[in-house]
Amino acid sequence: MIGYIAQRLIYAIVTFFFLSIVVFIIIQLPPGDFLTSYVARLEQEGDIIDEAEIEALKREYGLDATPLEKYFRWFGRFLQGEMGRSFEWNQPVERLLKERLPYTILLSLITLFFTYVVAVPIGIYVATRQYGFSDYLFSVLGFAGLATPNFMLALILMFLFFKYFGISVGGLFSSEYALAPWSLGKIWDLFTHLWVPIIVIGTAGTAGIIRVMRGTLLDELSKQYVITARAKGVAEGKLLFRYPVRMAINPIVSTVGWQLPRIVSGETIVAIVLSLPTTGPLLFKALISQDMFLAGSIVMFLGILTLIGTFLSDILLIVVDPRIRFEGKA
Amino acid sequence: MEKQEPVLEIRDLHTFFPLEEGMLKAVNGVSLTIHKNRTLGVVGESGCGKSVTAQSILRIVPDFAQMTGEILLHKNGEVIDLAALAPSGREIRDIRGRDVSMIFQEPMTAFSPVHSVGEQIMEAILVHDDVPKAEARAHAIELLKLVGIPIPEERVDAYPHQLSGGMRQRAMIAMALVLTPMLLIADEPTTALDVTIQAQILRLMKTLQAEMGMSIMFITHDLGVIANMADDVAVMYLGRVVEYGSVRQIFRTPKHPYTQALLRSIPRTGRRARVRLEAIEGIVPVPLDPPDICPFADRCTQFIPGRCDEKVPDFLDIASGHSVRCILYE
Repeated sequence: MIGYIAQRLIYAIVTFFFLSIVVFIIIQLPPGDFLTSYVARLEQEGDIIDEAEIEALKREYGLDATPLEKYFRWFGRFLQGEMGRSFEWNQPVERLLKERLPYTILLSLITLFFTYVVAVPIGIYVATRQYGFSDYLFSVLGFAGLATPNFMLALILMFLFFKYFGISVGGLFSSEYALAPWSLGKIWDLFTHLWVPIIVIGTAGTAGIIRVMRGTLLDELSKQYVITARAKGVAEGKLLFRYPVRMAINPIVSTVGWQLPRIVSGETIVAIVLSLPTTGPLLFKALISQDMFLAGSIVMFLGILTLIGTFLSDILLIVVDPRIRFEGKA
Repeated sequence: MEKQEPVLEIRDLHTFFPLEEGMLKAVNGVSLTIHKNRTLGVVGESGCGKSVTAQSILRIVPDFAQMTGEILLHKNGEVIDLAALAPSGREIRDIRGRDVSMIFQEPMTAFSPVHSVGEQIMEAILVHDDVPKAEARAHAIELLKLVGIPIPEERVDAYPHQLSGGMRQRAMIAMALVLTPMLLIADEPTTALDVTIQAQILRLMKTLQAEMGMSIMFITHDLGVIANMADDVAVMYLGRVVEYGSVRQIFRTPKHPYTQALLRSIPRTGRRARVRLEAIEGIVPVPLDPPDICPFADRCTQFIPGRCDEKVPDFLDIASGHSVRCILYE
């Protein structure tokens, strides 16, 4: 078991290095560099910059180095939390991320929680009533939820709320709290705003997990071990949760980790529509304006979270499934 | 012959499955008696309804099945009609695993892969008796020892995939016998095992039967196993019992053309090579809306037009304890 975890950890670390190379290439990919754009902008604004100053800046930022040197310098700084400068915002990338990451993580974790808490019980409910009325009802709702683009749902909700309740549901705070320091009122304000994006972002995920839960549980319900337990005299409700649900939930539990990258990229379009201060729109803007240090850092975070997520999934898998826990020891 | 006390009497049992393609008459008028401390062998090809008969006894057939007839369990001088009980009610659950228990063909799939063998045996105890966990565990270990599992104190915590096929089937038997039932239904318990392991399991079942004093309903398609295990034999074909008698009567003086054909199709050692093994022509039909004629009519070599396809032959007593369903003896 420890060997298994160590093995997964080594895989994750190796992948992390490859990831950093890919991200570095992405950052270097656009022609020119951040200094070229910087100089171009200054020139547009009418400033005159002499060659010596450019050379000095080049040396300072290490832009005259070989790609290999550049890579190691960038990677070394990244590990220390220095992620370069966003010329679009004219701020260090890490400061931009620090502002937005907490909201992104908060929103995503709550959405994740909401999704599972709603979807798993519904999945169990409909699987035990296959082809019943509720099964069809939730199938229709589920497919509708999957098929409706989230930004569409966001727009409709915004419209309805504005028209009938006169509430603007965009953003995470009301205007009076947006710049105010933290207080109980502000926290409450956050929660009153949070549930709309949670529902909007959560619907597709909920619908998907209902389908997965229903499908795997139906598979498990017809397995022999269910009949064995029934033949022992175990009551139906107890039996359902102890055996087939326990098995059917394995793939769901063990893929929770895969949701982690979504925490950062999030629902970009929804976030733009609802003007949420999350990292999704930030990445989107950075890509459009070729703000490569910012974009690269966000991509790097996505990659790291994918790695952590996969690692967590592997660990969860050995927690829930003894067949993997004892692999090679049987 | 000693005086025989019935443990279970099945009277005119019908178990039908209404399907879109028609009515699947899996069990179509079966009457059987299982006597105290004796073994009834139920033999027949795949799809003859032997397993469904067994599952009907414990009421673990799928919900949509239609059942009629009587299944009388003689329990401490009381007679309970299992066919009249609610399929997931308290009464039948009390009987399952305590008075009548069952072992299955595939010991791998019949155990839950994510619970240890011990947990699953303990559950069989705890469902019925309010005893402390430690006591249930001790009892489980005791049973594992009884069925010949070495180092039961360690194996009790093993997961099914850590045991060999033979050990798993032993554990399955331990689980079924943990509350000393009066009737054990064994549904092809040795079919999935190697021949040597098969012999061990059969010997174990015989020993345990003698020690614990229980009746066994032994379902198999293997006539060799029947000859070894059974006191009485019921030959089933297409949802009906076509011949019933003592093991001696069935093997020495088989009456039904189907029984005779089955016995001729057993490979024997010592027979001249190059003699072709006899096979029964045709395949077992599927009992979808079967016509009311002799079920074996279309494969029988002694078919009499106008008589065999006129009605279902009666079940005739032709000797003491020997009955046959064939027009030739009317």
